[in-house]
Amino acid sequence: MSINQPNAPFVGTIEKSPKISLIGTLAMLVEAPGDFDLVQQGRIWAFADAVSTWPDVQEAVIGVTNVMLVFEQPPADIGMLSASIVELWHRVPSRKADGKLIEIPVVYGGELGFDLPAVADRAGLSARDVIRIHSEGEYTVCAVASSPGFGYLHGLDPRIYMPRKSVPSLNMRAGSVTIGGMQTGVAVLTSPNGWNAIGWASVAMFDPTSEQPSLMLPGDRVRFRIDRVEL
Amino acid sequence: MIEILASPAFNTIQDLGRHGARRFGVSTSGAMDPVALAAGNALLGNDDNAAGIEIQTFPFRLRFQTDAVFALTGADHDSTLAAATVRPWWCMQAKAGEVLAITAPRRGARIYATFGGGIDVPRVLGSRSTHLRGGFGGLEGRTLQAGDVVPVGCSPHRSDGRFGFGVAPPDVAIAGAAPADDRVLRIRVLRAGEYDLFSEAMQAAFWSTTWKISAQSDRGGYRLTGGKLTLDAPVEMRSHGVVTGVVQVPPSGEPIIQMSDANTAGGYPKMAAVIQADLWRLGQAAPGSFIAFNEVSYQDAVAAMAPVNDYLAKLRATADLYRAL
Repeated sequence: MSINQPNAPFVGTIEKSPKISLIGTLAMLVEAPGDFDLVQQGRIWAFADAVSTWPDVQEAVIGVTNVMLVFEQPPADIGMLSASIVELWHRVPSRKADGKLIEIPVVYGGELGFDLPAVADRAGLSARDVIRIHSEGEYTVCAVASSPGFGYLHGLDPRIYMPRKSVPSLNMRAGSVTIGGMQTGVAVLTSPNGWNAIGWASVAMFDPTSEQPSLMLPGDRVRFRIDRVEL
Repeated sequence: MIEILASPAFNTIQDLGRHGARRFGVSTSGAMDPVALAAGNALLGNDDNAAGIEIQTFPFRLRFQTDAVFALTGADHDSTLAAATVRPWWCMQAKAGEVLAITAPRRGARIYATFGGGIDVPRVLGSRSTHLRGGFGGLEGRTLQAGDVVPVGCSPHRSDGRFGFGVAPPDVAIAGAAPADDRVLRIRVLRAGEYDLFSEAMQAAFWSTTWKISAQSDRGGYRLTGGKLTLDAPVEMRSHGVVTGVVQVPPSGEPIIQMSDANTAGGYPKMAAVIQADLWRLGQAAPGSFIAFNEVSYQDAVAAMAPVNDYLAKLRATADLYRAL
């Protein structure tokens, strides 16, 4: 671990402990060791659940195999806090993707799925095969971040990975079903977007007036259903 | 009620921010200079967190539809109420029909107009701040424009109470907060997670460079020019939470400081993070101005908030006392 200072308090060398670093005085990033997988992500969910009940933790913000703690007040003793975090990390059991199942009907291809031909080309598959593979998968919401209600979905079939664009599409419509690298998602805002649009879904992903504003939460599962194909 | 007569662009309703909704992907928003907003509210006897108008493009004009009390804080500037001068860091009484005209600052970037009782738009996810990208909060989730009628709450104090007094702004009242003579704003930072991935030469360049805040800077972030910070080997960070003040280094090598409207997540290496006590000073730094970074220890960063909190506490006590005279 590092606490960003050369003379940081030494917390111990338990094997495979998370990396802990400060972001200013009011935030701390806890990063899981090792590669990305759903077991590590499940530990992050469980860890975030537990740590968000600690006093002075305003929020535990889940990322991809990491969690950022936001504090009400600067912690008085960073060394002690870090030790407690490491201890909790080793104690907390991984949580399974046990959230709700969200089914999203998709209009694949067509005007709003304008990158479908490019995805098929790169994959060496027909557009219909891309649609079949994408709609047969089951995805896990790893984190909700970046835009209100935007879920980072894990579980895309490697056959249809597609790199992000170097020049983003300027005005991608909210609801666009997209592929970005090894991830898929549903755009929640109409805005510039570097991911590849393969379809469109009419689903309210975010409602700021609701107590539970985000449709997707970490640990939820997502299935895309073929509503219509426009080729 | 107040009626907006002129508002060029990007002027929004803000409080101290929307906290606790990052885990839904919702950035905090909130005043870029939270000390100025809190001070304006304290002058009027409002809660620190009452919503005001953050004005960053000019000229801005509004008309009072009812008698009201208001304060102007933040950047140093000239304003008029019914053609009479209103000084910055001053609270005043306005009569129905009077026009408040606010002109571009001499120094600083943002002026806060606060009103007795605060701006009374609905709270969304616990805050009245405008979330422009999400299109919620503030007035219908958008910037103010001519013709808007903005509701103002009931002043916590009698309208025949004493108003018409001012205070010293924090860069005068707080020792060491004034801009340096060389016109470079010195911003205190802590190292952040990926500092050690940069070579010693790059670390040295980070501290020694006088950075210019580029014209491509806004409430989302400040883009800095003046040097390039490169890594010997590029790193791919996994998406993780970021907070206001984090200094990230994208592949171009030119740092970006994330500000109030930044995304909740980022993936660029983090060089440093601006300390809480200096965020308000950075919020008043205009595009085209210069900044440099000074490293402080964690303990000094925490301690640096005491003068800011003392300033606000004294201001509130003085204002309360004066109104009660």
